[in-house]
Amino acid sequence: MKNLNSIFAAYLIGWGVFFVFFVSIARRSSDLRAQVERLKRSGPKEK
Amino acid sequence: MIRRIAFGTVAVALVLLGAYAAFYVAPEERTMGAIQKIFYFHASTAWAGETTFFVCFVANLLYIWKRKPKYDWLGVTCAEVGVACITVVLITGPIWARPVWGIWWTWDARLTSTFVLWILYVCYLLLRTLVDEPERRALLSALFGVFAFIDVPIVFGAIRWWRTQHPAPVIMGGPGSGLDPVMKKVFLFNVLAMHVLAAFLIVERYLLEETKYDVDMLQREAEAR
Repeated sequence: MKNLNSIFAAYLIGWGVFFVFFVSIARRSSDLRAQVERLKRSGPKEK
Repeated sequence: MIRRIAFGTVAVALVLLGAYAAFYVAPEERTMGAIQKIFYFHASTAWAGETTFFVCFVANLLYIWKRKPKYDWLGVTCAEVGVACITVVLITGPIWARPVWGIWWTWDARLTSTFVLWILYVCYLLLRTLVDEPERRALLSALFGVFAFIDVPIVFGAIRWWRTQHPAPVIMGGPGSGLDPVMKKVFLFNVLAMHVLAAFLIVERYLLEETKYDVDMLQREAEAR
């Protein structure tokens, strides 16, 4: 197959973009969940 | 959680199966050879991106009409997923173009309108970071989102209305256009796979936006105490 490197580059970079995007969602989500827990814990103490 | 993992697994499996079909089931194109296999990934991702922007447009209109936060969340979610799709389109296109055209990029109607589409939705996302007040941010970005969507039919029509360096449409291209039946099946399978992947990313990103809202509420409660 000619241009095999280009084909693999296109697929791998494309999948890489989606993977990085998914990881960024997962990281932001886990940071926010930790923040929710922190805020819930700090709530009753201040009452 | 198990449902989300199952959804993600199905989406990834479909995308991998789509790539397998592109490489091993679809016949090799006569003039371009193997490099044409990028088309199955490139064009199906573009379709998924445009569908995602359409959902964003509907969510923006619904927000303007009903002013419910869930439509704002759906709008920003779809804008982000659409930008990810169009980023892939703008990367895979030049990788295909270099061996076929001898150039990475040209400012023809299809390529330029796609690049403008990407810029418009990046601006949509940037605009949201500039406004602090949630309702004002949601309304401004919904109005901008409706404006940005004008470019989607231009991207779709560019290769139908004008002569472009970009290949003519092979699906919905009118008389004289078309694909080999096996290629068409493989392409439509890839379109389905990319739509399922986009739907999975939309669900994940939407849940993030919901959690953001919970954090805002809890912070406001904490400040009021």
